[in-house]
Amino acid sequence: MELLRFATAGSVDDGKSTLIGRLLYDSKAIFEDQLEAVERVSLQRGNDYTDLALLTDGLRAEREQGITIDVAYRYFATPARKFIIADTPGHVQYTRNMVTGNSTADLTMVLIDARKGIVEQTRRHAFLASLLRVPHLLVCINKMDLVDFDQEVFDTICAEFTAFASRLDVTDVTFIPISALQGDNVVTRSANMDWYQGTSLLHHLETVYIASDRNLIDSRLPVQWVIRPHAAEYHDYRGYAGRVEGGVFKPGDEVMVLPSGLTTTVASIDTFEGPVEEAYAPMSVTMRLADNIDVSRGDMICRPHNKPVVGQDLEAMVCWMTDKPLKVGDFLMLKHTTRWVRAVVRDLHYRLDVNTLHRDEGASTLTLNEVGRVALRVTQPLFYDPYRRNRQTGSFILADEGSNITAGAGMLLRPN
Amino acid sequence: MDTGQGSAVTGQYQLSHLRSIEAASIHIIREVAAEFERPVLLFSGGKDSVIMLRIAQKAFAPGRIPFPVMHIDTGHNFPEVIEFRDRMVAELGAQLIVASVQESIDSGRSTEESGADPSRNRLQTRTLLDSITEYKFDAVFGGARRDEEKARAKERVYSFRDEFGQWDPKNQRPELWSLYNGRHAAGEHIRVFPISDWTELDVWQYIGEEGLDLPSIYYSHRREVFRRDGMLLSTGPFVTPRGEEERFEAVVRYRTVGDMTCTGAVESTASTVDDIILEVAASRLTERGATRADDRVSEAAMEDRKREGYF
Ligand SMILES: Nc1nc2c(ncn2[C@@H]2O[C@H](COP(=O)(O)OP(=O)(O)O)[C@@H](O)[C@H]2O)c(=O)[nH]1
Ligand SMILES: [Mg+2]
Repeated sequence: MELLRFATAGSVDDGKSTLIGRLLYDSKAIFEDQLEAVERVSLQRGNDYTDLALLTDGLRAEREQGITIDVAYRYFATPARKFIIADTPGHVQYTRNMVTGNSTADLTMVLIDARKGIVEQTRRHAFLASLLRVPHLLVCINKMDLVDFDQEVFDTICAEFTAFASRLDVTDVTFIPISALQGDNVVTRSANMDWYQGTSLLHHLETVYIASDRNLIDSRLPVQWVIRPHAAEYHDYRGYAGRVEGGVFKPGDEVMVLPSGLTTTVASIDTFEGPVEEAYAPMSVTMRLADNIDVSRGDMICRPHNKPVVGQDLEAMVCWMTDKPLKVGDFLMLKHTTRWVRAVVRDLHYRLDVNTLHRDEGASTLTLNEVGRVALRVTQPLFYDPYRRNRQTGSFILADEGSNITAGAGMLLRPN
Repeated sequence: MDTGQGSAVTGQYQLSHLRSIEAASIHIIREVAAEFERPVLLFSGGKDSVIMLRIAQKAFAPGRIPFPVMHIDTGHNFPEVIEFRDRMVAELGAQLIVASVQESIDSGRSTEESGADPSRNRLQTRTLLDSITEYKFDAVFGGARRDEEKARAKERVYSFRDEFGQWDPKNQRPELWSLYNGRHAAGEHIRVFPISDWTELDVWQYIGEEGLDLPSIYYSHRREVFRRDGMLLSTGPFVTPRGEEERFEAVVRYRTVGDMTCTGAVESTASTVDDIILEVAASRLTERGATRADDRVSEAAMEDRKREGYF
């Protein structure tokens, strides 16, 4: 059974909670005690319907204000796959939460109310999914029951979305007409829309092809930890533990260690269960090398003929996540793969309007929830790939040097 | 049904869901070992901490786990669990620290709740925080999962705690990709939840695949119980039936392991991992909803306890 992570986004009242509630309920991931608790609270508040949003809005403040503030993770499984949903709020003031939810997603589900069509939030959600390079976009046109299951409404929205998406970097877009409330095309194909030739939403989630989304070409092993057991039987054991973040490694492969640039071969790839014949993302393994060379945490193991970019001057798209604005000249701590370095902001090329994609080249700051293109210089070279090639070796976070909070997230671009 | 057993690889270069979440958990545990000075792993003897311990073992094999294991001992334990704890720790050669709630009470740091059958659930927080201070722990591994409870569904893998050990749910650090930010000042610490993304079913499938040993009370057995607030509590030295509450024998098992005073049993004949997987898959109640009085106090019981520094 495979794992699929997906993020959801939609404007208020598009039916996101109803849809998630239905997916969870139909796959038996909502339990009776949870449902009873939600029914009890709905009743106390005088609602005349059971508010399934109370299932995901877990914090006191969220329930009091009746809004989703933070990313909530939900889980369900069918016989085909296990699903992890990152349920994110849709308002512009929660852009950072959407960025967070999308960062690990294989698929983003965007909801559109069939009566309203594409609105500002739809464009923002689609843009953020493309910025975070979520490989699959699923556009659900909901409340089809309120437009008489009319194919023309569906076709018009699809055409408008496709025109807009052509400006974005999205490769796989699927449209499904649904009624979250009545269940049309959610789990099974709907008899009300015989003009629709595609699969149900759940079937799409179960079958969308994700095996080729990972990078199996550029072999990358950032070293997390060096294993040197203090036991006589393992006296000479020296293993480099880490998670494979790209490509495939096999025993006997010629490899290079950065930053030293020394080359050797893979002696074995060990796991608790014993050695393995190959290692690929996202396996956590321990690599032993044929030669005794100096390797420590923060180093990168790759192939001599396929090295990551090595550089101290970085170009990146940054999403700012804290109240204190980002300015040119600021110093920050930056974490990339398994190393922390200091960074200084050299330039802010432009701020991007996440609704219109307009570039404001006169901008001098990035404030909370804003996205912009930034130039940074770091104290030591990073070993990275452009984010569009590898989401793991192409991403970083920024932390405030004083408060230590996570202040920003960045996606690396090819250097100038 | 598919119990997830069998092949770890589902296609070419594709891990099964259990092996993907396992790999992610190993990655988290290694990050913590590398970036913190004094991590500790909380071990209750319950199934989630058994899994955490197995994953920690895998993360550093063939080396040993490079941090100690700590049990917050309320003194109201199931004897089967304590016996199991000691056996596990001895097998792994890990260092065990036992932090005792009784000692916190005796030294005046904590006060026993009044009334009959006092629960020491809430008192664990004081003992835990005191131990973190005493040993200068800067990272504390916990086995909480997001599918357990709605406040936990919102918590980060790296959950920042201030100098009072408090969790501030409205001020959590964004957590992106698998880039964890464990930076903190002296006196502050991070709670780390490496199995956040595991569900109860994942846990049981993994126990089955790995052939992990568990305290016997997880499996069906006969014991004397009584019914209180719709829950089956075991009679024993710390809880006794009052008034109308009648003692009877039942065939039960436990879905979670907590204090004898607040952990309820479920009627079950499931005596093997496979039986339990089928039972969990068909269950219509969450494990906490079914069996934990501590979460029933109010809508936000867990959130409130977590803010104070609870697990
Ligand atoms: N008629 C109809 N109503 C829907 C549908 N989906 C959701 N709704 C209703 O739209 C309202 C808002 O839905 P909700 O799920 O709370 O939206 P959210 O704000 O996106 O989470 C509720 O009254 C739902 O019952 C649908 O497919 N058809
Ligand atoms: Mg909602």
